[in-house]
Amino acid sequence: MRIELERRPSHSALFSVVSPFIALGLTVIAGAIMFNVLGKNPLDALYSFFIEPLTEVWSLHELAIKAAPLILIAVGLSVCFRSNNWNIGAEGQFIIGGVAGSIIPIVFHEWDSFLVLPAMLIMGIAGGALYAGIPALLKTRFNTNEILSSLMLVYVAQLFLDWIVRGPWRNPEGFNFPESREFDVEAILPELLPASGRADLGIIFAVVATLLTWFMMSYMLRGFQVSVLGQSARAGRFAGFSANRMVFFAFLFSGGLAGLAGISEVSGAIEQLQPVISPGYGFTAIIVAFLGRLNPLGIFAAGLILALTYLGGEAAQISIGLPDKIARVFQGLLLFFVLACDTLIHYRVRLKFATHSELAEEGA
Amino acid sequence: MATQEPGHGDCLLEVRGLTKIFGELRANDGIDLEIRSSEIHALLGENGAGKSTLVKMLFGSLEPTSGQIIWKDKPVVISSPGQARALGIGMVFQHFSLFEALTVAENIALSMDDDVSIENIAEQAAVLSREYGLPLDPNAHVADLSVGERQRIEIVRTLLQNPELIILDEPTSVLTPQEADKLFETLEKIRSEGRSVLYISHRLEEVQRICDRATVLRHGKLTGDCDPRAETPASLATMMVGSEVKSVSNTGGNITDQVLIETKQLSAPARTPFAVELKDIDLTVRAGEIIGIAGVAGNGQSELFDVLSGEETTDNAGDLRICGTDAGRMGISARRLLGAGFVPEERHGHAAVSSMSLSENMVLARHMSDASTFLTGGPLKIIRYDAVKNASERIIKEMDVRMSGVDPEASSLSGGNLQKFIVGRELDRKPSVIIVNQPTWGVDAGAASRIRQALIDLADAGSAVVVISQDLDEIFEVATSIAVINEGRLSEAEPASDMTLERIGLLMGGIHGEDSPVGDTEMEAAHAH
Repeated sequence: MRIELERRPSHSALFSVVSPFIALGLTVIAGAIMFNVLGKNPLDALYSFFIEPLTEVWSLHELAIKAAPLILIAVGLSVCFRSNNWNIGAEGQFIIGGVAGSIIPIVFHEWDSFLVLPAMLIMGIAGGALYAGIPALLKTRFNTNEILSSLMLVYVAQLFLDWIVRGPWRNPEGFNFPESREFDVEAILPELLPASGRADLGIIFAVVATLLTWFMMSYMLRGFQVSVLGQSARAGRFAGFSANRMVFFAFLFSGGLAGLAGISEVSGAIEQLQPVISPGYGFTAIIVAFLGRLNPLGIFAAGLILALTYLGGEAAQISIGLPDKIARVFQGLLLFFVLACDTLIHYRVRLKFATHSELAEEGA
Repeated sequence: MATQEPGHGDCLLEVRGLTKIFGELRANDGIDLEIRSSEIHALLGENGAGKSTLVKMLFGSLEPTSGQIIWKDKPVVISSPGQARALGIGMVFQHFSLFEALTVAENIALSMDDDVSIENIAEQAAVLSREYGLPLDPNAHVADLSVGERQRIEIVRTLLQNPELIILDEPTSVLTPQEADKLFETLEKIRSEGRSVLYISHRLEEVQRICDRATVLRHGKLTGDCDPRAETPASLATMMVGSEVKSVSNTGGNITDQVLIETKQLSAPARTPFAVELKDIDLTVRAGEIIGIAGVAGNGQSELFDVLSGEETTDNAGDLRICGTDAGRMGISARRLLGAGFVPEERHGHAAVSSMSLSENMVLARHMSDASTFLTGGPLKIIRYDAVKNASERIIKEMDVRMSGVDPEASSLSGGNLQKFIVGRELDRKPSVIIVNQPTWGVDAGAASRIRQALIDLADAGSAVVVISQDLDEIFEVATSIAVINEGRLSEAEPASDMTLERIGLLMGGIHGEDSPVGDTEMEAAHAH
């Protein structure tokens, strides 16, 4: 007996809606098994991981802080992925966006103006976009694999941030701690409801980016271009769309949003540069993008779910005494199950009892 | 056309009434075939004639709808390639299935049903390849080998299975003339050992040179069974392309002097190793004229289409003029704005995106030419789907496109209906120039005649039409002038009424007649690839 995947004549509408939920369910089950093996009561552990963070107002604020960068990055990546370009380096673009946006508050910190914050955001977007432009240029000019080049540039960005924070940008009044100077008040992203928690404008950026991207993908010729070139480069050429220009558009768009997420995080949640400014948002956003079916609206929901795993990780550390790496395990499980369940959209699973001649054919 | 008596003693493989139906298409319709031992048997036919379907059934990769296969006087059912090999049938495919990073011996080992050590295989392969005059280094990496050498691997690995019948699918289409000569020697050696070869080709000259008998298919039906050496290339061509040519339906009453498409000495280098270089193409199409470009597949048709449509641009703007404008360096959208329309050969993934709806596929080809109707002005370029849907409904009605549901995905339409939509999408714009590649490829007869009539009507209304087709009936039916493309060269277009089937057959097969007006003396053009 063997299990066989049989291609469906057309993709299943039912499973394209249901598969993310099946994946979530399987992740929870796998998580329960994991907690059990670690000697914790699975129900209690799942409660403190997934439910507890939602029961208090301040932690909802934290959820928004964690979700904003994930959603911003993932919305950008969804456009990139739908055009069949594989930007795996959003983490690096996030970091460079944060660094580029910090030039004003760190190097020109004497400048006080209401223009500081807008200028920082623009520079953050530009920084992320330009950094994403590198793999795009390499791909269009030299046919380099963008997956590898964009991924490797993440490490370059991480080490560059580490160097600049410990070196030229170290706070002169900071007792030699590896940190930049703290941002002045003009350079800090305002909080939404300062009375109840620290959520800032970042989540608003995420909402706006989600809606605009959804509009572009659904109604604009540009979005149509993305889908056509992503599904068939040849048909795209027949339509007169340039595949090379699309590579640049996809990378600059996703890099720009990652850069915006980066500077929002630095100026909103951290308020200075540190050697590490991201707990892997750029990689987690890939999971968010796929869990949200590469649809901006779905991504918004998926971003909230993945943000919860970050909070749950912290909660698990405090209330049940497990390392916060648990969050990474959950994220990994979730991506695995999402991709696996997506198979159901195009294939149906059959159990097959093979005859001898069929086995011979397999060997052919 | 001599017919062999059935039940002949040394008959190795006999096929009776073999039929394969795909949907509405009868890819093979009651085929009879007989292959005797130690003969090289040609299977002749145009692309789409059903040759591949037939051999796939013989090799067990397709199941016949009806009919019988008799192997050594015993009826058999061949349900898998493994079973075909066990019977003694081997096949060398046109497209190689080799791993470039592995050595020759490793590639051969991969295809063996039994477990044999690589060293053992390398030794056997070396011996075999010497015996058959197919020099091959078993330890060489495939990536370093020429196309001809790669084909030798395929042949050697088939021979290692010790088959009694070897099927070769268009083996010379990728070979140089010298490599082809070597291959013929090998085939003769194989025959001298009492094995048989089923040799698929559409090159008449080769078939006459090495084959003992020939079976000719056309549109899935058997149209000839003969000794190729007793035939002339013209008579073989007639069997291949059909003798039931209808009288030319339009004599081109209103051809004017207005030149709408013009190329002068248009050349384009081959862009991939398998592409054809276009050489000095001279083409002039006037308003009201339909030029049919005939030719055997793979002689530069798709390259010519790409250059005419602007999917590939040329180096000089003046290489191509559309409606009096230098268009060589314009992209496809700019050429559409000049009034040109294009229908490529491949429907799925080229003319249409399969997973998109018909109205989205409308936008695909017409977002630029119909920008004022289909898009809102301004930089946002919002697609007005109501206008797009109206336009696609108009086409669906005009071309009688049959489909299920409202605005279905392109993939859910049958080939003929999707093609009607794709052709209609261009005709609806009333283009002054239209370039169509294989307008009725794999399309049922009803849709085909509808599409042809639409092209004729368009020319009558004063447009210039270029039809690239392998179907000579089609060309004779629609064209006012006919040119033949061969090895990337285009013969001079001659009025359809003066063209004979024999002459086209000769130009197509690469045998250039002495009376050729182009004065083609270079015989290497007939071989070189």
